[in-house]
Amino acid sequence: MRGRVAFRGGGFAPRPSPLAGAATLIVLIAFWQTASWAGWLPRLFLPAPREIAIALYRLALSGELWRHLGASLGRLAIGWSLGTVAGLLLGFAVGLFTLACSPGMAVVSAFFPIPKIALVPLFIIWFGIGEGSKIATLALGVFFPTVINTAGAVDNVPRGLIRMGQSFSLSWLSIVRKIVLPGALPGILSGFRVTSSIAIILLVAAEMIGAERGIGAFVLSAGNLYDVDNLLAGIVVLSLLGLIVAWAIGWLERKLLSWRG
Amino acid sequence: MTIGLTLSGIDHRYRDLTVLEGIDLTIPPGEVTVLLGPSGCGKSTLLGIAGGLIEPTSGSVTAEGDVAPDCLNPLTYVFQDFALLPWRDVAGNISLVLEDHPLPRAERTARIQEVLALTGLVDFAAAWPRQLSGGMRQRVGIARALAVRPACLLLDEPFSALDAQTRDLLLDEFAALIARAATTCVYVTHNLAEAVRLGQQIVVLSRRPGRVREIFRIDRPIAGRRTDEPDLLAIEARLWELIRGDAVAAEREIHHAG
Repeated sequence: MRGRVAFRGGGFAPRPSPLAGAATLIVLIAFWQTASWAGWLPRLFLPAPREIAIALYRLALSGELWRHLGASLGRLAIGWSLGTVAGLLLGFAVGLFTLACSPGMAVVSAFFPIPKIALVPLFIIWFGIGEGSKIATLALGVFFPTVINTAGAVDNVPRGLIRMGQSFSLSWLSIVRKIVLPGALPGILSGFRVTSSIAIILLVAAEMIGAERGIGAFVLSAGNLYDVDNLLAGIVVLSLLGLIVAWAIGWLERKLLSWRG
Repeated sequence: MTIGLTLSGIDHRYRDLTVLEGIDLTIPPGEVTVLLGPSGCGKSTLLGIAGGLIEPTSGSVTAEGDVAPDCLNPLTYVFQDFALLPWRDVAGNISLVLEDHPLPRAERTARIQEVLALTGLVDFAAAWPRQLSGGMRQRVGIARALAVRPACLLLDEPFSALDAQTRDLLLDEFAALIARAATTCVYVTHNLAEAVRLGQQIVVLSRRPGRVREIFRIDRPIAGRRTDEPDLLAIEARLWELIRGDAVAAEREIHHAG
């Protein structure tokens, strides 16, 4: 072998670029708008971004948007919080106590695969057509993944750190509060990303089955009226909602997990 | 004021694998006892048993001696992997082991400052563990152990995760620290030079199942010992002779315990 040794260690290391991400979205929307102007897209079935923006502006001005959004956000906050708190409690119990470990996981494994949407009619019978059935759907949909995720996160806390705590005779509560909880927090927070998406999906589905207010109900009624502008305006609101929630979780992660550097 | 330990009739099994068998051992107060043996001989397990972190299959450990009133945790470990909380800075990691005790805030701060000074960490109080080299991390581990004013230090290969130069530096610092404090120490290692540098009693364990093969005594103060002194070199050579066969066999063994 003779000659220069060629570099062969490149690639396999994609770098994130927020600018490229934003630019892609802007280009996509611009392309869509141009295609609409050029008449390549049938306006009746797919309105242009401009029309969607106008519809959104009118909805905001008339207050209709806030009425629906307020109802949806309320359900989302209550349902997600209930499911998350209950899921965290059972998840910690499963991760910490032999007594809860197998029974808890058995229950979770049996109920987790049920599509929660299928339970909406049952919840309507149990809790009525009002808020109860929707919140129950959300809470239940969030609860099971939270249990699984939290139990896994607790299980992943390095045993060595817990033994260290024991070796200094820290109290059980101190070990849970100062070692297990912060150690499981990265896993728990990344679980929030999953459960918040699940919550939004279930929210819309539950609102489509039986609600007068809420983004899901609004989208459905706009569809029934062939009001595609408003329909897509509702969908844009959902997309923005998802983005905001993801951003909020990212912010929480940066705040709480700053020690990861 | 310090304590000694007596290990009597210790057997330990992981399922059908016998790790330790018939260990009877006295850890004299105020001395450094080195547990020496090839990898996998159960010396770390024995250390875990000595401090109550592992329950032996049979046998018992008893402590004997007076514990100073300011001692918060008589049997205190220093871990091979440092076991620092990555979400607490250096001072926070030391504070952790004091927070469960009803110490006045001023006393807690004073203790943290004292052990930071002893281990040369004063300028690193606000640093995160991930920012520190291995040597500095283990200094935090030692500082944390000293903060509770232990009666007996249990050290599980504390310097084996460090490079050779850092290890020599820390070993000298640590030798000076314990020579001054006269705390009982149980020091697990497979490093012969460390054993003769620190040990006043060197307990040689056999390959699995671990038994006590021989006990050496070096009745000289630790302060001022140097690894290149002829008598220490002679003991090191004898230790190597003793465990060489076991080390060869241990290396060729298939691992069972996960």
